[in-house]
Amino acid sequence: MFLDEEFRLKVGLAEMLKGGVIMDVTNAEQAAIAEKAGAAAVMALERVPSDIRKDGGVARMAPIAKIREIMRTVSIPVMAKARIGHFTEARILEALGVDYIDESEVLTPADEEHHIDKRPYKVPFVCGARNLGEALRRIGEGAAMIRTKGEAGSGNIVEAVRHMRTIQKEMKQLTVLGKEELMAEAKKHQAPFELIQWVAEHGKLPVPNFSAGGIATPADAALVMQLGAESVFVGSGIFKSDDPEARARAIVKAATYFNDPAKLLEASEDLGIGMHGLDISKLAESELMQTRGW
Amino acid sequence: MVAPPSSPKRVGVLALQGDFEAHRKALAASGAEVVEVRTAAELHGIDGLVIPGGESTTMLKLLDAENLTGALAEFGRGRPIFGTCAGAILLAKGVTRPAQASLALMDIDVERNAYGRQVDSRVTHISTEPEFGERTRPPADLEAVFIRAPIIRRVGPGARVLAWYQGDPVLVEQGKHLVATFHPELTPDLRVHELFMSKL
Repeated sequence: MFLDEEFRLKVGLAEMLKGGVIMDVTNAEQAAIAEKAGAAAVMALERVPSDIRKDGGVARMAPIAKIREIMRTVSIPVMAKARIGHFTEARILEALGVDYIDESEVLTPADEEHHIDKRPYKVPFVCGARNLGEALRRIGEGAAMIRTKGEAGSGNIVEAVRHMRTIQKEMKQLTVLGKEELMAEAKKHQAPFELIQWVAEHGKLPVPNFSAGGIATPADAALVMQLGAESVFVGSGIFKSDDPEARARAIVKAATYFNDPAKLLEASEDLGIGMHGLDISKLAESELMQTRGW
Repeated sequence: MVAPPSSPKRVGVLALQGDFEAHRKALAASGAEVVEVRTAAELHGIDGLVIPGGESTTMLKLLDAENLTGALAEFGRGRPIFGTCAGAILLAKGVTRPAQASLALMDIDVERNAYGRQVDSRVTHISTEPEFGERTRPPADLEAVFIRAPIIRRVGPGARVLAWYQGDPVLVEQGKHLVATFHPELTPDLRVHELFMSKL
């Protein structure tokens, strides 16, 4: 029932982005660098997550003029972020014609109880998740792509690994259960029953599952791909490094050759200094972005 | 029933970026033995190659960086290649909006993202030439998924159109090569993949 025509198109574009890198950019110049380096798409936002973390304040949808300038500059798909629950930001982005909307925990939530009902939109949505229940609630609301949240702007891969492993493990567990056990699982995961049934049958999400939040090196990108990510989002990791162009190219290569150590070695050479990372265990609970989303 | 004497065809799927997984499944369902191709060495021993949908700019960067462009062009001089969407862009002779390099293995020109952006993507039905049905199976129409699709603006004298949508060619063959601007790998109908398999 959720796999209607409109939904297939939304998932279809996510399929085209597989094995690629989606890069955060804040202006046309960065977008051009990302495209030239081989990004499969760019994500337009006002500030990269590490700056949002540093500057504080309310983080909102990017200024329209900036997004428009980015859309004019590149021929690859352009995504943009809307605040969680902010359905009018989403409608504005749809009217603008962006190719994908990220209802993102990186921005300050507009609603602390509800996400956007994403089904009536023509534009597809991607949403973050830390576990299977969260992923399936978002898909139930109409998300056509899931990305594990990680911890955005941290330059630390540990949360991205935790979230990818959690989702993979929870999916595997469902595949060995009897049909009569699945309703209890739906209750446990707080997820729609029909989606729990779908995962139990197929052993995977009904939409592509990408990874985000903390990817700073080619090795990080290859790590999450080996753990089951089908593509990677890189936020602060590129434009907060020494040499964004070289790093962007290297991460693109790593996403393709994630299983080839010789190619990963090539990708890891001559990269300069990566972004400064954060020890997530030292962050206060209120500083975490991953806990936004319900 | 006695099994056919010939061994299954080995078909490569260019797996640099894009929906190569969907092609892998469609080819396997059409009876091929499928291998993912990421290096020039992996082109050896395959009977044909599929270039999937995805971002043609990303694929071009990786082709160049890994010195695969020449190897692919060489492969295409001897063996069949089937390109969908981004793959069709890579096989075309001319590319516009913006102009970019290509393998130029087919005498067609394409305009990228010619229908618009994602909100202009669509699932629809297209009409095929009688020849398509004769070489595969009925019915004459085909479900087609267009995603940020290119439009074929010119078809050279050596190329043949096998299906149309809104007056534009969307499935074109030239000798052993085949291109579709839509995504047959995203629909359960296997006829376009079977047509390609028949060329191996």
